[in-house]
Amino acid sequence: MAGEMAGNSTKKKISALVVDDDRLVRRIHGMLLTRFGMETNAVENGKEAVDLFASGKCYDLVFMDMEMPIMDGLKATQALREMGVSSTIVGVTSRTQEGETQAFMEAGLDACWEKPLTRDGIISLLDQVAKKLL
Amino acid sequence: MEVNQMQRSFLEYATVLFREGFLDGQFSQLQMLQDESNPDFVVEVVSLFFEDSQKLLNDLTTTLDQQNVDFKKIDAHIHQLKGSSSSIGAQRVKNACIAFRNFCDQQNLEGCMRCLQHVKQEYLLVKSKLEALLRLEQQIVAAGGAIPVLSEFS
Repeated sequence: MAGEMAGNSTKKKISALVVDDDRLVRRIHGMLLTRFGMETNAVENGKEAVDLFASGKCYDLVFMDMEMPIMDGLKATQALREMGVSSTIVGVTSRTQEGETQAFMEAGLDACWEKPLTRDGIISLLDQVAKKLL
Repeated sequence: MEVNQMQRSFLEYATVLFREGFLDGQFSQLQMLQDESNPDFVVEVVSLFFEDSQKLLNDLTTTLDQQNVDFKKIDAHIHQLKGSSSSIGAQRVKNACIAFRNFCDQQNLEGCMRCLQHVKQEYLLVKSKLEALLRLEQQIVAAGGAIPVLSEFS
């Protein structure tokens, strides 16, 4: 399965976190990542994502929505990077006008994509993540 | 009606919906996520889409009806509707939201009202077409057939 890696004795699944205030997006993106064999979790806003990492949880991949209540994607990404989180963080947004995503990238994203997530996009990411984990 | 005929009807209907722009490749991606362990995935997410969209359209109507229209609120609602319609593959609704957003940016109230009507229209159209498509799917499954894959549309 694409999202699994053979270790010495156990198979380690790539872990992914979907951060989005839209329940439809959480459901769809969550299913897409799960079908790729990833261990998937989903939260509703940036603060919940930061709290998860602060509690010691770690995810190889984070899909971060830009606009969310309580703590938006930009602030959450900044906070995670300040905490020393080196996970691959991909911004996912419906905002596609020029300049709208620049600040988001500068907050510490590895990439910024237009919603919705696609199979091709995830395949290209898995390659990078696998290299990072090896 | 036998299963093969049902499957042909399903494919013919789906082809029309894609050709006329009601649905795009994202919908076929959703179909491909459905499997034996998640046999109701498409129905589930389409139902979520209907619920969320109806609420957003109601909120948009109320917000545009106010004495002092809060265009920031309108923008937030459209943004959400654009996001969910694009995640389900409801292309014409998504495009209607993009046009709506432009009038909202200009704070053009009349333009916004017209756009709201257009978004509502497109939503009702795609809703009835999705309901029809999913009914055809259910008939195929009930008759013991497999739902045809829509991969050529992705």
